[in-house]
Amino acid sequence: MNSIIKIIKYQMQDNIRSKWIIGCFVFFFAFSYWLISFTGEAAKVIMSLLNIILIIIPLISVVFGTIYIYNNKNYITFMLTQPINRTSLYSGLYFGLVIPLLLSFLLGVGIPVILYYGIFIESFGTLIIVFLTGIFQILVFTSFAFLIATLNEDKLKGLGLSIFIWLFFTAVYDGLILFLLQMFQDYPLEKFALGLTIANPVDLGRILVILKFDVSALMGYTGAVFESFFGNNLGLSVSFLILQIWFVVPFIFGLKMFSKKDI
Amino acid sequence: MIEIKNLNKSYGSLNVIKGIDLKIEEGKITYIVGPNGSGKTTLIKAILGLIKKYEGSIFINGELINGDSRYRNNIGYMPQSASFPENLTVKNIFEMVKDLRNNKKSLDEELIFSFNLEKEMNKRLKNLSGGTVQKVSAALAFLFSPQILILDEPTAGLDPVSSGILKDKILKENSAGKTILFTSHIMSELEELAQNIAFILEGKLCFEGSLNNLIQLTGEKNLERSVASVMMGKVA
Repeated sequence: MNSIIKIIKYQMQDNIRSKWIIGCFVFFFAFSYWLISFTGEAAKVIMSLLNIILIIIPLISVVFGTIYIYNNKNYITFMLTQPINRTSLYSGLYFGLVIPLLLSFLLGVGIPVILYYGIFIESFGTLIIVFLTGIFQILVFTSFAFLIATLNEDKLKGLGLSIFIWLFFTAVYDGLILFLLQMFQDYPLEKFALGLTIANPVDLGRILVILKFDVSALMGYTGAVFESFFGNNLGLSVSFLILQIWFVVPFIFGLKMFSKKDI
Repeated sequence: MIEIKNLNKSYGSLNVIKGIDLKIEEGKITYIVGPNGSGKTTLIKAILGLIKKYEGSIFINGELINGDSRYRNNIGYMPQSASFPENLTVKNIFEMVKDLRNNKKSLDEELIFSFNLEKEMNKRLKNLSGGTVQKVSAALAFLFSPQILILDEPTAGLDPVSSGILKDKILKENSAGKTILFTSHIMSELEELAQNIAFILEGKLCFEGSLNNLIQLTGEKNLERSVASVMMGKVA
């Protein structure tokens, strides 16, 4: 544990000075500030922020995480010749990257929100869910990035796979759901749709926030099923549990692969 | 002492190391020689615990390497090409390794001074030349006065002055009883430094012994010709 904290400390020092992390912060800050100051309406701001969080954050996390492992290959080899075990190094590298990414997101979006806190007073709960969704997207997609880079020696293949994972969860998956719903429209598919939605970390984040806006009535019976599931504390807890699984499973799998891998 | 028993390593169907038995004597400078792709780096990686899936056993000072990382406290390693996080300063890197090894005292900082690295301490790694990064890597390998030093082509990328400094340091550490294992393609280095030679050809150990033994065995007039003779398979 001790060496994990030491590695995190130095990785953070490196990443916080990285122009990519600083660039992310500037992007989040400029976009949120511009959005809030021009829109001025909490619901619209939150929905626009949500779209950015659900599309840009997974892309940044998965691509940056993959490149990070490939670029640090010689450094990882060097670290493994020191008296530290592989679990400490993998965890240290992961959290050493995730914490600066989280900071760039939380500060980048958080500072403009604090500056205009007046317009968010009534939607504070929704805003918290938006931030939690963003945090989980970083954790989940960086986990995937580390797993992909550990499993693939070829940088081009790894990067291609990362972009595919992003495309799959943010676009292809929804297309598949629509296709399935269309194919089996004569059957009661509400619970099936619910199951498919919570199985995707991006959709799960989206639905959690959307349902906070009381728009379920517009979504017919499916909306009612979703509302009855996500509207209570159990549904919310299950959702966050699933988001945790999405981050922990690829992380543990990546760690196991890294521990067994020939460097 | 490093003892390797019946080491076999394959990558898929490619057999890289084929049944190597080797004893690297304590307090000696042993040079691992062989053509490109003969398995030298794989052997070094196995000793360092970087390779997990192999057959056979490796003992360091009588203890079997079995996944516990603590034995690496006794090892200093200088890779062929080092790289460190580019936004950290040289000072940060030294602090990090000292922190990780829990050792901030009794340090051997001789190379930091002889390579003039004090001037570079506040520079970020991304602003350093390749040669300076190699100097940082060499200084780190010697910093904790480890009992075993593993140097993979240590002088590659160093200017002649720095290369001389490093070779002097290797000899000095050896006279203090350190076990040194190194690879290099530079014959003059081999003649200058090596006491023992382990010759690997296509994954097999084909010679183990002193320089003079090798010359006698091949019947050649100098070391360079002897090495070439083994590489061409004239000695089995």
